[in-house]
Amino acid sequence: MPEVWMSPRMQRLVGKEQVWVDGATIRQVVNNLDKEYPGIKDELCEEDEINPGIAVVVDGETSNLGMLERVKENSEIHFIPAMSGG
Amino acid sequence: MLDYKPNIVLSNQEFKVVGSRPIRHDGYDKVTGRARYAADISLPGMLHGKVLRSPHAHARIKKIDCSRALELPGVMAVMTSDDLPDLSARAADQEEGSIANLGFRTRNVMAREKALYRGHAVAAVAATSAHIAEEALSLIDVEYEVLEPVLTSLDAMKDDAPILHEMLATRATAGGPGGLGDQAPEKGTNVAAHFEFRVGDIEKGFEEADLVVERDFHTKRVHQGYIEPHSATAMWGTDGYVTLWTSTQQLFGVREDLARLLGLSTSKVKVIPMEIGGGFGGKGTSYLPALASTLSRKTGRPVKLAMSRIEVFLGSGPTSSSDITVKIGVNKEGQITAAEAHLIYEAGAFPGSSVGGGARCMFSPYDIPNGYIEAFDVLTNTQKVAAYRAPGAPMGAFAVEQVLDELAEQLGMDPMDLRLVNAAKEGTRQVTGPVFGKIGCVETFEAAKQHPHYTAPLSGPNQGRGVAAGFWGNGSGPASALATVNADGTVNLIAGAPDIGGTRVVMAMHLAETLGISAEDVRPSIGDTESIGFSTGAGGSSVAQKIGTACHLAALDIKQQMVERAAKIWDVPVEEVEYDDGVIQSATDSELRLTFKDLASRLNATGGPISGRANLNPGGAGACFAINIADVVVDPETGKVDVIRFTAIQDVGKAIHPSYVEGQVQGGAVQGIGWALNEEYYYNDEGNMVNSSFLDYRMPISLDLPMIDTVLVEVANPGHPYGVRGVGEVSLVPPMAAIANAIHNAVGVRLNSLPMSPGRVMEALWANGSANGGG
Repeated sequence: MPEVWMSPRMQRLVGKEQVWVDGATIRQVVNNLDKEYPGIKDELCEEDEINPGIAVVVDGETSNLGMLERVKENSEIHFIPAMSGG
Repeated sequence: MLDYKPNIVLSNQEFKVVGSRPIRHDGYDKVTGRARYAADISLPGMLHGKVLRSPHAHARIKKIDCSRALELPGVMAVMTSDDLPDLSARAADQEEGSIANLGFRTRNVMAREKALYRGHAVAAVAATSAHIAEEALSLIDVEYEVLEPVLTSLDAMKDDAPILHEMLATRATAGGPGGLGDQAPEKGTNVAAHFEFRVGDIEKGFEEADLVVERDFHTKRVHQGYIEPHSATAMWGTDGYVTLWTSTQQLFGVREDLARLLGLSTSKVKVIPMEIGGGFGGKGTSYLPALASTLSRKTGRPVKLAMSRIEVFLGSGPTSSSDITVKIGVNKEGQITAAEAHLIYEAGAFPGSSVGGGARCMFSPYDIPNGYIEAFDVLTNTQKVAAYRAPGAPMGAFAVEQVLDELAEQLGMDPMDLRLVNAAKEGTRQVTGPVFGKIGCVETFEAAKQHPHYTAPLSGPNQGRGVAAGFWGNGSGPASALATVNADGTVNLIAGAPDIGGTRVVMAMHLAETLGISAEDVRPSIGDTESIGFSTGAGGSSVAQKIGTACHLAALDIKQQMVERAAKIWDVPVEEVEYDDGVIQSATDSELRLTFKDLASRLNATGGPISGRANLNPGGAGACFAINIADVVVDPETGKVDVIRFTAIQDVGKAIHPSYVEGQVQGGAVQGIGWALNEEYYYNDEGNMVNSSFLDYRMPISLDLPMIDTVLVEVANPGHPYGVRGVGEVSLVPPMAAIANAIHNAVGVRLNSLPMSPGRVMEALWANGSANGGG
């Protein structure tokens, strides 16, 4: 199962540093995460899209596809504050 | 050791066009003065606009009376925020997926309830001449209720600080729109965001350390210093469509922003990008288009607005000031066991400092098993900040790289060796969480250590040498390219990201390499928002990666069509036709052979023209690292610091056009030298910037600088067809720390505040008892 790393804020909600959640896409991962830890989707999303202030990083690469990004069985997923360039 | 040359490219993969140095396609127009910048626009019936700006850093706007201004002959219109849609700043009201809070955006473009900084636009005039418009500004009567301003982040975080936005809600992330809460809190706040990163066990990490150093650092606001001021000319047609000519890094971004600020659908706005006289991030934000458009709507005529230099300083966005605490622990071998940082970055009047970049980049060059970062985005009564090359990262590096230097000194270890012991590599987990893919940090550090500069003897008293490293994550994003084959075998190529640092030549070289033709046979141009598909702009060091990939894919599209056309002409299966180095030939019959030019001349008669296109949103930006070696000489009587030798080493993935990349690296170093030694927004107690001209805001000129030597290290990025990593920003990350370390090496004092101006150097020397003549 993909491994989701929790930010310190998310750790306070779920009580763990990492959780393993089923899903072949970020959308599935987030929805399954929210089933297990209700309210976490509100932390990560606006409506049904990733909050634009949050960067989704899958296996070390920042995703440009947000909820549509595909993840592998052994993927490592991070939701971290976004940064923008100049 | 490397053979010394002023500029070195450490290549390990060669191509025909990529890596060469053709004459830039935009060069002729620029050197002959034919290139047209935004302020060069002149349209029939065009009016000239001027902006009235707040004289107060914090004031409630009680009333604006424009009647006297409207009576002045030649004045055609006056506008205030009442002429713009009143967009909500509540977080809950922002559009899904929006990256900007439109309520804050419109209030920054023109003050509504309050003026929040000295220079905040409060009204604008359109008149038949710029002089009349200027005179009319003095006839606009604004009644202010002057409020106490708060001018620094540390003051703004105090319990009794004046509050800028009474309903501000503190966010838990750095980017995105943020906004006001649904109801006024019991006690307001100026903290717009607060977030953290944590990896490993920070307490255990510090327990394992043999040596711990903790220091505080402070940096001031600095401006990008682009030579061309902001300018925008708008024509609001009777058909309801707005056309905008402007200087921008984001033509599609400006289109969307302007449409929303004006309450129009996106397709009602057409943005025509002009040549840019510098941006460095500062022209990713626009200030004038909504004002020029509104004045055009009110007058029915085109309206041009152009900032003066003073307006650029007062009315556009510099970078954040910062207050940073860094604590790092190492064992006796120099390995970092723990690192901790607390960052407070100033956003100015509206949320959105560069603290996200600072937090995510500051520890990234190093393998740190236990780390913690806490970050605050804080509002003050100053200009809303804008991006500036690697936003946020230079301040973080200024802090981290000085602490590492101090640790190396206390351990008796070579500072490059300390960095190499801890250098990040593929598989290293960052303090922010993610693991690095293929990166070139170690290779970059090793190139620095092997450079003759690093071991060259210093030649006089009060001279010193410093090193410092930096990181930037680079970006990517949606991109479009359209290439059309001409009958003479040349190709017209259009893309949608403005050219601020070599976009056109980079576009041409990607297409030429992939097609096997020369870069000179490609005519690249930047489209407007109606001639090319959506592209994110020139920011995040993303253009060569995303637009280059789009041009490569457009070339592949042409190749495939050329192969199919040749197969049709020769009446052979497509599978039997090959395309190699600009030649189309049959795999089975050597008589069947056409060059690209031959086939191009036959297209119309054999089925019609061929165009290649690509629309994509590639990932795989590829992170990059830089390290600088700086030599300085310090005058102990005046405190003046001169940089006497400077070498910038940077991982560039693959330099498409090495001269351009060297220019990017040298430019970043020069801006860093200015930030290190001279530049700062200097405010008085009322929040007035008192050095708002290039006479008093001292940017370096050629006489202040040594030649900047460069080493381009090429560790290919697997996310790009030719290995490109963005190069535009990381060059500004290490210089300030490298110079600070060099000053310490020269005269034994450590400066923890920028700029390291003569006064600050003298104060440090006096405190250290090492100034000539004492104080």
